[in-house]
Amino acid sequence: MTPRSTVPPLPSRNGIRRIRHLLILAGSLLAATAGAQGDSVAISHDDPRIGLRAGYNDAAEVARNMELVGHGARPQNFGNAQNLGDFAFLNGDLAFKGNLAFQGGFNGFQVWDISNPKSPTLRTSFVCPGGQGDPSIYKNLLFFSVEETRGRLDCGGQGVTDTVSAERFRGVRIFDISDLDHPKQVAAVQTCRGSHTHTLVIDPNDPENVYIYVSGTSVVRSGAELAGCSRGASLTDTTTSLFRIDIIQVPVAAPQKARVVNSPRIFADSAGAIAGLWQGGAHGEGTQTTSQTNQCHDITVYSAIGLAAGACSGNGILLDIRDPVHPKRIAAVIDPNFAYWHSATFNNDGTKVLFSDEWGGGMAPRCRATDKLTWGADAIFYRTGDKLTPAGHYKLPVVQTDQENCVAHNGSLIPVPGRDIMTQAWYQGGVSVFDFTDAAHPKEIAFFDRGPMDATKLLLGGEWGTYWYNGYIYASEIDRGLDVLDLKPSDLLSQNEIDAAKLVRFDVFNPQNQPKLVWPASYVVARAYLDQLVRDNGIPAARSTSIARDLGRAEKMKGASERAALAQLASRLDRDARTASDAARVQALAATVRDLSKR
Amino acid sequence: MKKSFRDRQFVVALALMAAASASAQNAPRYTAADVRFMQGMIGHHAQALAMTALIPDRTTRQDIRLLGQRIQVSQKDEIAMMKQWLKDRHQQVPTSDAQQAAAGHMDMPGMAMSDTLMPGMLTAEQLAVLAKTNGDEFAKLFLTDMIHHHEGALVMVARLLGTTGSAQEAEVFRFASEVDSDQRAEIARMSALLASLGPTGAKSHR
Repeated sequence: MTPRSTVPPLPSRNGIRRIRHLLILAGSLLAATAGAQGDSVAISHDDPRIGLRAGYNDAAEVARNMELVGHGARPQNFGNAQNLGDFAFLNGDLAFKGNLAFQGGFNGFQVWDISNPKSPTLRTSFVCPGGQGDPSIYKNLLFFSVEETRGRLDCGGQGVTDTVSAERFRGVRIFDISDLDHPKQVAAVQTCRGSHTHTLVIDPNDPENVYIYVSGTSVVRSGAELAGCSRGASLTDTTTSLFRIDIIQVPVAAPQKARVVNSPRIFADSAGAIAGLWQGGAHGEGTQTTSQTNQCHDITVYSAIGLAAGACSGNGILLDIRDPVHPKRIAAVIDPNFAYWHSATFNNDGTKVLFSDEWGGGMAPRCRATDKLTWGADAIFYRTGDKLTPAGHYKLPVVQTDQENCVAHNGSLIPVPGRDIMTQAWYQGGVSVFDFTDAAHPKEIAFFDRGPMDATKLLLGGEWGTYWYNGYIYASEIDRGLDVLDLKPSDLLSQNEIDAAKLVRFDVFNPQNQPKLVWPASYVVARAYLDQLVRDNGIPAARSTSIARDLGRAEKMKGASERAALAQLASRLDRDARTASDAARVQALAATVRDLSKR
Repeated sequence: MKKSFRDRQFVVALALMAAASASAQNAPRYTAADVRFMQGMIGHHAQALAMTALIPDRTTRQDIRLLGQRIQVSQKDEIAMMKQWLKDRHQQVPTSDAQQAAAGHMDMPGMAMSDTLMPGMLTAEQLAVLAKTNGDEFAKLFLTDMIHHHEGALVMVARLLGTTGSAQEAEVFRFASEVDSDQRAEIARMSALLASLGPTGAKSHR
């Protein structure tokens, strides 16, 4: 959820042809909208998500190729029964540790025991209002974002009356959660714009510290409340607290000493002007109006390749974070379809970056028939070194009603080997699982959706963020609680691929701190690749049948004979790769079989 | 940097960490200042609409037309949001009639505090002067006036945040924050546009 509004559509999905026609009649030149290849995604009008019954607890639910297997209802003290969509109580982002899911929100956080994913049980809840409450976890520390002026150091719910007050807290709280039932705030690091989101950064070369990148998006507080804060008089005023991120260093052995160690001007141009990126505005006739780049909304770090992707209101950027205190911008892109660059996800090999656009701030219905499929969508870029090249867009491929806030929001990769698959939340548009292996032609493979919160008006609600964690898809529902979903096999995704994904396990998962996915040597991983080869005709049918048989035989063997059979199959696959139409996938299969032979 | 302040707050944090419990009952409520802000901003936005309505007949410049269109749609959206907020709280919803705004008849609760105009508002005379201009003269005066108008909105936000007890309701804070961020960015954009039009021949009202 982003506290901002952006401009509603001018050309519509249905109306664009008519407008274009009028413009030609008027003798006007239609400025080219930089539509990337592969934007011609078909939208379905024959879809079970259309016409779902509205309701809070009794909305109609529909799913395809996935299933809602568990649900935990939002506890009573985390909602306002008189106003179900009350902004003060929205659920927000998730973080995971062991068998626990931490659900942040505007009123504090809830901790769910997910030992049995089909029956999440509320382990504890902690009231600490201040929005938007994004959580991250490192060992026994929980980091927690606070941005609103009602936020209090003592977590009280009464707000802060005084306009300048030492009781006010806007920034990142650090809790020690060793005793889960009694979280203890060990530090509270104040920042000028508060913390809308934050990102945990772990430097492999600095085990003594972890770092927090703070993205503040709301009003700058006065210097009387926090020394050094300044709204700035102009774009060249270098004292301004805009046009920067804040970096908190957290000494692992002494988190109470956490402090801001740098506030880098990551939008500066080569001449040093701090407002060096997108100035805000439209890109020409018929384009979206894009926000000014004076903030990042969210930063996703991918330490395995030393990079972070920043979704920074007016631009998507890449940061070299090998020196985490001094991130260095190496790329910046625009997209004339984007209103507000909101979040970013790398694919596993780091060759693609998917940025999402939160057009309408998450509070508006932006999946109507009149909303373009490239607006309020994901934009996927190819990455080579420090070059980002547009590939295509993905948007929820179904129409939602005027009563449903709907736009691209938070998600994560699903660890299917050999493919780029993501689960993503679309607020009241539900959950959409899609494949962007072919970045120019992303394709939905599963979905879950509920009817609107209310049939007559738009109540803020829906899925905030949805993430794969140790075998299941967890979704934070803004008003209704926690959803747990399980993937089901289809012709778009096989049981072997799902089972291979379920092999990838993490002790901790913070969505904005993207982990490298690594699969253990396993027959099911080999079979997942083989299923993909069959699906894309990447190898002659006779060979795939034969490979399946060889794998089956080897699995029944033991010890040296099993190893020998696998080594022989791997060599045969090496030869197949020379002629196969999907050579890379055959090579991946060969590598998996070879790893199996060395187990 | 800010060390003593932070240390002090840390001590306070430890001392005050209590099993605080907020529920819908004791969450901070909106105040009279919040209501006045919403009511006033509706009139303020309405005048922006009256100003943008002048554009089509007075300039063919695409950049100005595009800017006007964008201001129009975003402020209409926000007016609808503010009206709903007031309605939900059973507060008086002022008119956003552009004609009234254009005529300077801002007879609404936002004005009740004093007889003076809200910050950034043009007088009826100033609006009439703007309406009489054309071409580049209009473009320059429009930008000058709209920058002034937007700066007024920033003053209104700053006054709200500078009023004891205000903007504690989450939705009010979100909206005030959004107005601040959007209008600040638009001012930057309009300033750049104005600079690109060259030395200003049009006289500012001020």
